[in-house]
Amino acid sequence: MGAVAARPLVDVRADFPVLEREINGRSLVYLDSAATAQKPRQVIEAMERFYSHSYGTVHRGVYELGREATELFEGARERIAAFVGWDTDCSIFLRNATEAINLVAYAWGRDHVRAGDEVLITEMEHHSNIVPWQLLCEETGATLRYLSVTDSGELSLDELDAVLADGRVRLMSVAHVSNVLGTINPVEEMVRRAREAGAVTVVDGAQAVPQMPVDLRAIDSDFYAWTGHKALGPTAGMLHGRRELLKEMRPFLGGGHMISRVERERSTWNELPWKFEAGTSAVAEAIGLGAAIDYLASLGMENVRAHERDLTAHALERLPEVEGIILYGPPDPDRRGGVVAFAVDGMHPHDIAELCDRQAVCVRAGHHCAQPLMRLLGVGATARASFHVYNSREDTERLIAALRGAREVFGL
Amino acid sequence: MTDALYRDYILDHYKNPRNFGTLEPHDLDWLDHNPLCGDELGVHIVVKDDRVADLRFHGQGCAISQAAASISSEELIGMAVEEVQRLGADWVIEQLGIEISPTRRKCALLSLKVMRGATTGDASWPE
Repeated sequence: MGAVAARPLVDVRADFPVLEREINGRSLVYLDSAATAQKPRQVIEAMERFYSHSYGTVHRGVYELGREATELFEGARERIAAFVGWDTDCSIFLRNATEAINLVAYAWGRDHVRAGDEVLITEMEHHSNIVPWQLLCEETGATLRYLSVTDSGELSLDELDAVLADGRVRLMSVAHVSNVLGTINPVEEMVRRAREAGAVTVVDGAQAVPQMPVDLRAIDSDFYAWTGHKALGPTAGMLHGRRELLKEMRPFLGGGHMISRVERERSTWNELPWKFEAGTSAVAEAIGLGAAIDYLASLGMENVRAHERDLTAHALERLPEVEGIILYGPPDPDRRGGVVAFAVDGMHPHDIAELCDRQAVCVRAGHHCAQPLMRLLGVGATARASFHVYNSREDTERLIAALRGAREVFGL
Repeated sequence: MTDALYRDYILDHYKNPRNFGTLEPHDLDWLDHNPLCGDELGVHIVVKDDRVADLRFHGQGCAISQAAASISSEELIGMAVEEVQRLGADWVIEQLGIEISPTRRKCALLSLKVMRGATTGDASWPE
């Protein structure tokens, strides 16, 4: 299948302490990185070093610890912003991608979306990129519209043009990579067309930043949200926004740190990005995410993508050898990320995951927080295997053996 | 190959669920889902003389949730509605006759939750 050799990444397994574990007497095969990724020693050590050596409050301490903590925190922000090609002061530390999307829905949406406007998303969105817009539409009287997913699991630019031609779309928010189908959406082109039609654009990059090179200057969306815990880091999220919009927006959460001056009746706001970082931030997590980004950068995101593509191509080629298996998403590994959702005829995904677990193979079963997409696929749930840098082709072989064993248990 | 969870009778009830389908007309009904996996299960119940005269479950689910519904349906038919209202989680797990891990507990309890909803209007998970 013309796969790219995964050579640069063969040795990374040793960096992930959890992979030394055995479950039920077997070495662990972790195939749920699209839900959350395992952490390399480098990330764990960076956080431990911070807690045991430099822990202090940021932006307050006049003392040495406070200075070190602030330098580590803001240094992480700088490197993370550079990693995705965006301005440091327009890169906001949050809890996760969900919070990042909610920030846009509340702080931008409430002041700009009106009754009669349309908010455009797609049928392949994660609940985190559906529910905030439902809430916004409910509040403002705007209409939520969905771009449909084609039979091959992709979006249609022609349909996008047709929807935009009505001139009502005020905001478009779309997944960069689908967490179920794996589809890599043409976000650069979608953003360009939406902007021409006068819409503000949001991209949910939760599944993209962890596994492929992402250049926000090229995508050029108004907002880009992603989360650290899928990118080998701790639970910290990022929102990158366009400066002009962030400047004129009202704050999301009020409290300490996000203010410039507080009077009895009103306050003025801190500068970017701190205007959107109320209260004490998850400092160790931000520093850990900086270490995760350093780790990914040292591997090279082109190499990470080549590795993911290789594993996906191999899985798409080999999994059909399991009798009764149904694969979802685009068949071309060039057009999808490292996630393969599947079903096996005669077995519910929960039972598949349970029986895989007996073989120490961790796969996800459920609706993957994408219930509208599940309904479209005509299923309540699917099983899903997803890859990261520590996976190998051998892991897919272990999955195949586990699936064959599961069919046997079910007498299939 | 014998499995501690997927015993022969569990798989038999999964593949050939008893009392599955719909009942028209019916006196009581309820539809609910397992939020973890999105599986849906509904029930139609015919009541006669304060007893469950007949019932049908419908929906989709894993082997554990389907088998729990199927196995317990045989006990539920003929039971006083008042007794159904008082059934707890232990009852359905005893009916299943296998050990249920915390991650599969909701699968095992979904059919009882639906029965409780239909007979009491209480949508909470059985304890």
